Amino acid sequence: MDPVLKKKLLFISPLAVFSVMVILLFTGLGKDPTQLESQLIGKPIPEFERVTLMDTNQRVTDKDIKGPALLNVFASWCPSCYTEHPYLMQLQSQKAVTIYGLNYKDTVPKGLKFINDLGDPYDTIIFDENGRLGIELGVYGAPETFVINAENKIIYRHVGVVTDRVWQELIKPMLVDDLKGNTP
Amino acid sequence: MKQLTLAPIKVLSLLLIMAVSALTLKAEIIFYEFDDPVLEQRFNVLIQELRCPKCQNNNLADSNAPLSVDLKDIIYEQLHKGATDDEIISYLKARYGDFIYYKPPVKPSTWFIWFGPFALLLVGSFLVIRFLRSRSTTQSSTDDNTEKDSKDASMKLVEQWQSEAGDND
Amino acid sequence: MIPEIGNLALNFALAIALLQFILPLVGLSTNRWRLVLLAKPMATALFIFVSIAFAALAWSFYINDFTVAYVASHSNRFLPTAYRLGATWGGHEGSLLLWVFILASWTFAVAMMSRTLPAMTRARVLAVLGAVAIGFLSFILFTSNPFDRLLPIYPVDGSDLNPLLQDPGMVFHPPLLYMGYVGFSVAFAFALAALLEGRIDALWARWVRPWTLAAWMFLTMGIATGSWWAYYELGWGGWWFWDPVENASFMPWLIGTALLHSLAATEKRGVFKAWTTLLAIAAFSFSLLGTFLVRSGVLTSVHAFANDPVRGTYILVFLGIVVGASLLLFAMRASTVSVTSWFGALSREALFLWNNLILAVVTVMVLIGTLQPIIADLLELGKVSVGPPYFNMVFNILMTPLVFLVALGPVVRWREYSFSELVVKSRIAFVLALVIAAVSLLGASGKTGSEMAQVYLGIFLASWVTIMTFKEWWSQANRKSGFKWRKVNTSYYGMMFAHLGLVIVVVGVVLSSHLSVEKVIRMGPAQKQEVNGFVFEFVGITQRKASNFDALRGEFKVYKNDKLLATLNPEKRQYHASGQWMTEAGIDSSLFRDLYVAMGEQLPDSTDWAVRVYIKSFVMWLWLGGLMMAFGALISILDKRYRSRESK
Repeated sequence: MDPVLKKKLLFISPLAVFSVMVILLFTGLGKDPTQLESQLIGKPIPEFERVTLMDTNQRVTDKDIKGPALLNVFASWCPSCYTEHPYLMQLQSQKAVTIYGLNYKDTVPKGLKFINDLGDPYDTIIFDENGRLGIELGVYGAPETFVINAENKIIYRHVGVVTDRVWQELIKPMLVDDLKGNTP
Repeated sequence: MKQLTLAPIKVLSLLLIMAVSALTLKAEIIFYEFDDPVLEQRFNVLIQELRCPKCQNNNLADSNAPLSVDLKDIIYEQLHKGATDDEIISYLKARYGDFIYYKPPVKPSTWFIWFGPFALLLVGSFLVIRFLRSRSTTQSSTDDNTEKDSKDASMKLVEQWQSEAGDND
Repeated sequence: MIPEIGNLALNFALAIALLQFILPLVGLSTNRWRLVLLAKPMATALFIFVSIAFAALAWSFYINDFTVAYVASHSNRFLPTAYRLGATWGGHEGSLLLWVFILASWTFAVAMMSRTLPAMTRARVLAVLGAVAIGFLSFILFTSNPFDRLLPIYPVDGSDLNPLLQDPGMVFHPPLLYMGYVGFSVAFAFALAALLEGRIDALWARWVRPWTLAAWMFLTMGIATGSWWAYYELGWGGWWFWDPVENASFMPWLIGTALLHSLAATEKRGVFKAWTTLLAIAAFSFSLLGTFLVRSGVLTSVHAFANDPVRGTYILVFLGIVVGASLLLFAMRASTVSVTSWFGALSREALFLWNNLILAVVTVMVLIGTLQPIIADLLELGKVSVGPPYFNMVFNILMTPLVFLVALGPVVRWREYSFSELVVKSRIAFVLALVIAAVSLLGASGKTGSEMAQVYLGIFLASWVTIMTFKEWWSQANRKSGFKWRKVNTSYYGMMFAHLGLVIVVVGVVLSSHLSVEKVIRMGPAQKQEVNGFVFEFVGITQRKASNFDALRGEFKVYKNDKLLATLNPEKRQYHASGQWMTEAGIDSSLFRDLYVAMGEQLPDSTDWAVRVYIKSFVMWLWLGGLMMAFGALISILDKRYRSRESK
């Protein structure tokens, strides 16, 4: 290689490397670095057996969760859950989708108060007092919503509030696509 | 002045806080009692190398978030059940992903992390050695001529300072 | 009134910075000498106005003016005065003002202390510094103004400064750090001035060196203070976590160290001119990058000041322009200045090349490890965490050869050196170091093989460097006619302190990491328990009230062989304004071990407490070594060569 050209390339390389780095940093702006992807995508609900919140004499297991459905993780100590709940009530009144609830790291009195105050959109509410079921699901906060397809597999885990936009633009299309894909 | 009249209220509130803390302590216990010092050591290492999934870059040792405490409980239980460190880490990774362990796995998507620095060092060393070697043949008057050509007044001045100060460094 | 004065002063400062940047450069290209000479008075004016602004903010904190939004969110009526002043830089907006204040101070210092510098060069240097000031002042004025008011409705009391920051260490850490970060802007400005002039020579290097030494000294102290603070304040005995913000301060330090060595070679031998220039640009670039990472929200960090993508964009654009333009200038002009004189494969120049290579690779490693989440997100590689297990391992491996070479640097002469002579000079030291390291292992019983190997390696390297450094010093101080302290110049002593400080840090790292003991024990009042030969007695708990918190204060007595060694007072504090609880450790420091007690929680249905006890071996060596390195830099600055009054 021509030594003059070689030197020119050498001296311009720091600028080139720097430019790549700046572009990289630009892509990082505005994103939320704390979002985690679920490890259960494509897998069934983990095996479990728990009591329900509404009737602690009644038991619920993973076999009782039938898709297509949403599994919504909520708690009375979670402020955003209060924001989210009315929309879940709306979804249920429209019979848009079956919703199961997971009352996460809560107490029975507080969980019941939440439901009594805000309504019950859930088919069943699993009561997970010590949060171990949440850990099986890889839950790291509330609210979270798991999207379950017709074959009872988890196809998505939404972190944060389920709003109308989230439902219309993200979750519903997912369920629709999934159904289409599975109907010959 | 205001402070003095608030004093008894402050004491009362402190006692109340202590009482309340004692009640809420049930959820916040960070005391893990070990009979076996080997298990205790393994526990300490594990909770420093595992990440709190919801914190802003804290390990489990440094975090008292409820989820961290739950995970520490699980580690404690599994250690006492005889699980190996790898088994415990795999258990947590199966639920929270590679993210939960502060040591990145070695797989194609992380090769640039693990091997990149050493590759860079190797390439750099190769270049340095080649550079040093290439100059051994020019240890001759031609090089000194180049030096003379580019020497300017400032260089002469610096050399003068050096000889005054004693060139030990 | 005062906040308005502060705001006005900032506006004036921005205008002056603009003039400081434009006028001298215009004057240089149109041969208008008067414009060129304006650089120095502009720098003075900039300093005055920025000082006024900073003083206005500090005053607002002193009088607790809660009409100022920033004061309201970071102070409190019962916050002690010292911490109120520290709160000035406790948040995003105020810390930026501190940044600019320190930049203006360095600029002023350069303007004042450059009598022997040609006026043209000084004008260019001050113009570059003015450009940097423009960026930060406009960032403050447009996005992060500390003087924003809360009128007409303002709180009667403030939210209080984060309790974690109510601590002397946290008061000193940011200013020291910024003196370092920002101080590298001087070398940066000099590099650009040299590229603009198309000339880099030994005189330039001699000019830049003391400024770089000063910045490096402050950065070393800033990092050491931060690390020491984390150790005693956070309650778990750790002192470095490779958190993105920590890395953001470490990368300029690594580059700065490389720069110091490269500068020495450029000054002494006229070599590495282009590379030194690049390093000078890089050091400050990493400072700017750090400012970006800490405030933009692109990375997850406990330390992050702000998580605002708008502000992040602003800083990134500024970073892109400043560094991009500098690197473009470098690409265009560097070839005109790089003429290298000869040196052999074994020579001090060659050793400095290796030094720089390793430091550059380590810096890149830290950078890539820190940015990995962004890379992984962009390329959809899946989320992993890159933390201490990775960084510690790779860092230690890469640094080992570098520390080994530290012993040889002072011995190997410039230009060329004989390998056989080096072997003769070093073989006894080498063997001695191997033996000393083996002896030290006797104190490390019961450790795993890997831990023993690391202890061995660390002690070997420290002994090796120490013996060789003193050996060479002795022969230098004794040459020709017997021992004289002054046969060796000041700068040489500076180098010795810095190198010895480094290996003291190495010893501290290795021994505190592998020989320390940590135990959580359950103790009730008046109970005793033995940990590793020390007997800890929990005397009891009392209550303590301070102006803005209430504390439960524990008293612990520590005995060894029935002799009382120390009384420790860990506390659990609850701060009034926020309700936040904080744990303060009780620490007794000595040269060979720290006794460290942190109260955990009171156990339910019991008077027992869960208490964390640490016996941290040799941890003081970390801070002492850091101080020593900084001291070495200080001594080097005082070398009389930098005070020569010659002009050309």
